[in-house]
Amino acid sequence: MSRLHNVFTELKDERAALVTFVTGGDPQPAVTVPLLHALVEAGADVLEVGIPFSDPMADGPVIQMSHQRALVHGTTLTDVLAMVASFRQQNTRTPVVLMGYVNPVEAMGYDVFARACAGAGVDGVILVDLPPEEAGDWLAAARQAGVDRVFLLAPTSPPARIARVGEVSSGFIYYVALKGVTGAAHLDIADVESRLAVVRAHTRLPVGVGFGVQDAASARALGAVADAVIVGSALIRRLAAHEGGDAIAEARSFVAGLRAALPSRR
Amino acid sequence: MTYDLPDARGHFGPYGGQFVAETLMGPLAELITAYEAAKADPDFQGALARDLHDYVGRPSPLYLAERLTAAAGGARIYLKREDLNHTGAHKINNTLGQALLARRMGKTRLIAETGAGQHGVATATVAARLGMRCAVYMGAEDMRRQAPNVRRMRLLGAEVVAVTLGSRTLKDAMNEALRDWATTIDDTFYVIGSVSGPHPYPMMVRDFQAIIGREARTQILEREGRLPDAAVACVGGGSNAMGLFYAFLEDPGVALYGVEAAGDGLATGRHAAPLTAGARPGVLHGTRSYLMYDAHGQILETHSLSAGLDYPGVGPEHAWLKDSGRARYVAVDDQQALAAFRALTHLEGILPALESSHALAYAQILARELGRDKVLVVSLSGRGDKDVETVAAYEEHH
Repeated sequence: MSRLHNVFTELKDERAALVTFVTGGDPQPAVTVPLLHALVEAGADVLEVGIPFSDPMADGPVIQMSHQRALVHGTTLTDVLAMVASFRQQNTRTPVVLMGYVNPVEAMGYDVFARACAGAGVDGVILVDLPPEEAGDWLAAARQAGVDRVFLLAPTSPPARIARVGEVSSGFIYYVALKGVTGAAHLDIADVESRLAVVRAHTRLPVGVGFGVQDAASARALGAVADAVIVGSALIRRLAAHEGGDAIAEARSFVAGLRAALPSRR
Repeated sequence: MTYDLPDARGHFGPYGGQFVAETLMGPLAELITAYEAAKADPDFQGALARDLHDYVGRPSPLYLAERLTAAAGGARIYLKREDLNHTGAHKINNTLGQALLARRMGKTRLIAETGAGQHGVATATVAARLGMRCAVYMGAEDMRRQAPNVRRMRLLGAEVVAVTLGSRTLKDAMNEALRDWATTIDDTFYVIGSVSGPHPYPMMVRDFQAIIGREARTQILEREGRLPDAAVACVGGGSNAMGLFYAFLEDPGVALYGVEAAGDGLATGRHAAPLTAGARPGVLHGTRSYLMYDAHGQILETHSLSAGLDYPGVGPEHAWLKDSGRARYVAVDDQQALAAFRALTHLEGILPALESSHALAYAQILARELGRDKVLVVSLSGRGDKDVETVAAYEEHH
């Protein structure tokens, strides 16, 4: 079974999984691999690595800027795959999921990309602007290569779509807690909880919740209802604020705080 | 052969579709349902037709440009005068349709992206008329070069939001409008200005703009007793071109020419001509089409004197028409467009928009090639008042 499946199975009765997002190549390409190791040491269970893109339409300003910083350093999709391969030399256990927009994958080719993911030790891929309706070629290529296909659901997804997304997804489902872009505020936990019940009526896959995780308090609240808590903008904001200083130490202490906040299910 | 594209999921062959984040998939499905219902509703169509007549001033004239024809020395050049519409461009044909649809859907706020500002002005205008709030996203670079339109939008009560990320042009304005929409879908309708974006926009915008070609077809039959030999329009995203072409798609004798912006010249790489300059298909802003991007899939910055054509992609139906051979695509550089701007101003007393000047530049070349007994229809998609400063500045520096 896949690393993603294993992690969610192991943690099922213990606590929510902690998923951290950083953009490959931000703030510097050389920082990414040590940063990923530090995130795992601080308590991250799953690593999401962003593929930098010139036009990140679904992201708020914090992640937009992180894409721009990575692109200033010339980080490409090939570079991000190499970063994961390098990470895998020392860590064969923690699942790594790439998250990005579809055009860099179109440029590389779906088959080539899927095989490169498998070769580098990438466990799953989220392509933000590739809904299942347009994903035929990608689904075939990813299945063939044994890479998990993680799709998104949102508060605006009607039941029929939830079922469809559940059918084509593997690994986990990424539930976007808010209408809007990444890094928005105002998470309504009761609302998320009732919507998760609807999602779970249609799929047995684990459901991770992202968009709007700001701090230990929101991680604690979400951790009580979700299978995974996904943090991106709040982490990247701290990395950016410590650029040039000890960004890794800052990330470590922030993520350790989130991890400690996740409620136990025992 | 009946042309019936796009298919139910918005595909024109391998192009088009719905490449958006999940948050927008539900709202797009609602939009498709609402649009199909409106299209079939005589009350909606009646209200739209009345407004196009009484408010926009349609039908727009088809004008035989005799002195331009004589100067070009070939085919008779007819201008479809979209510049005479209320707000001065073809854009209002579409914003009026979408705004009436928005009202029907119970939305109270319109948002739009704009490059040259014509679509922003046309959206702000219909928002004022229907009593809706309006925000227009515009690249900071475009706000500088199209300052008169920024002032017009603000006078009309719209909030003009400067976009300072990326290349600060139309592409970045569209990113920001999509972000706004994902956040505000409950009360907000996104009025896309070109035949681009996710389904149903390319189809819906084409349908609202198709009045250009329907009128032109009737008018040229009245004037000349026959169809034209060619129809010519500029292509950025391509809405005025689709509007003109659509009525002629099943008339094989009418050659269709889309004119892209070659900027500093195709060879320099500083252009906005994905169809002409050998770009590959890619995905941006919800649709698959020809797209300018580098070896790693990053979208390239584009260059054109004309803000309305300064866009790295093109509507998916144009990609299909190119591949199928039904339309041909060519490119005209900044200098050629400026020469056409001056020619029409001097010879006909009409200031064309810099966007439309690209179509005029190619129309003169084509008129000479075709010869005297032929007939051309050119979309004069907008008027050039907004470009007076840009033209003056360019002439000062060159």
